Amino acid sequence: MVEHDQSKAREIIDALVDGGWTDVTVIASAEALERTLGQQDPDIILIDLANPDRDTLEHLGLVSNARGRPVAMFVDRTDEGMTQAAISAGLSAYVVDGLQKNRIKPVLETAIARFKMVAKMQSELDAAKQALSDRKTIDRAKGLLMRARKISEDEAYTLLRKTAMDQGRKVIDVATALVTAADLLQ
Amino acid sequence: MTRASVNCGYLPLVDCAPLIIAKELSFAAQEGLELTLMKQPSWSALRDRLAFGHIDFAHMLSPMPVAMSLRLGGVASRIDALMVLSVNGTVVGVSADLNARMEATGWTNAFDDPQATSAALMEASGGRLRIGVPFPFSMHRMLLELWLQQAHGYDASTLDIVTVPPPQMAEAMRTGALDMFCVGEPWGSVAVGHSNASLILPGARIWQFAPEKVLGARHDWVSRNAHICYAMVRAIYKAAKWLDQPDNIPLAVDILARSQHLDLPDHAIDPALTHRLVTGLDLPPKRVGGFLEFHKGAANFPWRSQAAWIADRLAHWHGLDRDVAYETAGASFRSDVYRAALTPIGADLPGASYKTEGALHVPTAVASTKGQMILGPDQFFDGAVFDFCEGRVPK
Repeated sequence: MVEHDQSKAREIIDALVDGGWTDVTVIASAEALERTLGQQDPDIILIDLANPDRDTLEHLGLVSNARGRPVAMFVDRTDEGMTQAAISAGLSAYVVDGLQKNRIKPVLETAIARFKMVAKMQSELDAAKQALSDRKTIDRAKGLLMRARKISEDEAYTLLRKTAMDQGRKVIDVATALVTAADLLQ
Repeated sequence: MTRASVNCGYLPLVDCAPLIIAKELSFAAQEGLELTLMKQPSWSALRDRLAFGHIDFAHMLSPMPVAMSLRLGGVASRIDALMVLSVNGTVVGVSADLNARMEATGWTNAFDDPQATSAALMEASGGRLRIGVPFPFSMHRMLLELWLQQAHGYDASTLDIVTVPPPQMAEAMRTGALDMFCVGEPWGSVAVGHSNASLILPGARIWQFAPEKVLGARHDWVSRNAHICYAMVRAIYKAAKWLDQPDNIPLAVDILARSQHLDLPDHAIDPALTHRLVTGLDLPPKRVGGFLEFHKGAANFPWRSQAAWIADRLAHWHGLDRDVAYETAGASFRSDVYRAALTPIGADLPGASYKTEGALHVPTAVASTKGQMILGPDQFFDGAVFDFCEGRVPK
């Protein structure tokens, strides 16, 4: 939990401990954030919506693959409308300040579970995107071979595959090398 | 006449001046808007509130709508940039210690020489450099990387670019948590006064015409509230035009300092608006042409090619398909909304919505809807030219 206000931090810790969640580390500012994330590898990070350190956390998330780690926000009652919007966006849990103590743990558990599901979908999506982009490269490499050697598409692919096998490399690596070389020669 | 209530999120920086002037000098009211400005604690919070519909408009870092439209970062949502609020305005600074080591290499701080400055920086750094920027998706980070990657002796593994909220930048410099920063005013000047930092380069010397802040809104909300968007663009356009008159600057500084929106003293606001920056304690101010522009040279026009340039950087960082990124980004900079808003009031508008970024070396006349208009120089420090009209990126 990132929170410099000790009494506020205390309240949330009490609620978590009451719910049977005892392993909570509180840090006061972003300066310690990077080191703490490395050492503790938390299941979830809690931070106030209004905390200016959120931008630092955002950056760490991008560089240190914190995609593998959910972030939950606690917000003021005045922002309660946002909780619903955030949860329906399916990205973070927004825990309203003053939420009944026995509700905090299930809310966070749901957030972690949802996060894992989204992360899995994301990695599947990434894999699909990669496959698509690989296919584009392989198509370009085939085109280059077809033009240069006056062969058919099937023959071009066979040639790529054979070269890859002979060199113990992947077809996509051979295709990328060919496309890069062709770009350089243009 | 009943006014439409709209609210706009912002971060307390000098470059939100057009919003404050639009409100305080009643440009918004004249357009039939009851404008409420809502200060936000961080860019992440501003982004979330915009995405979730808590605010209608937002003062955003120009890469934010592009990144969000490309589904990068914490909350993805289709966000449009309706206009550019400001061009340039960032500064790069170093700690007193690093400045002394740079001077020991024989470098003198002319505050306008990217190559000599980066060479001195690399020679003086001797190991790791920890550099603070305000947000991962910021022009600050893009300009900084563009500049340093071409420095003699550049080594990516020695640069540590981290996000530090601007109000904490000066303190992080004082404690030695950072060696260097790139930030918007007033926080560069504050670091000089508070931490004896030295300003070594204005962002405008890396790219002469870098879109810095934009007016963001949700894409679907824009479609449903087109007339409110037009009114908002007109109000800010008029405020920006007012800010562009040199005679108005003293009054503008006074209004910005007095309004409760910024919470900054006038001496913190003054350098950015007068383009006169103090680069080190006890040094006389240096004049920087084009340091921060609100209106001149079609500064408010959301060029789709600017969005494509931003997308090019994001595609490079995140391994995205460039063509798809250019297309999504170009669509997020709404030059169509800007035209629809300003054509009825007879504003002069560029004939095209794309330009070749980096091609103008001097102020140049180009075709406009009323004949000709002058665009400011937009060179990159290394002479690079980006022609996205052709869908290609010659280096």
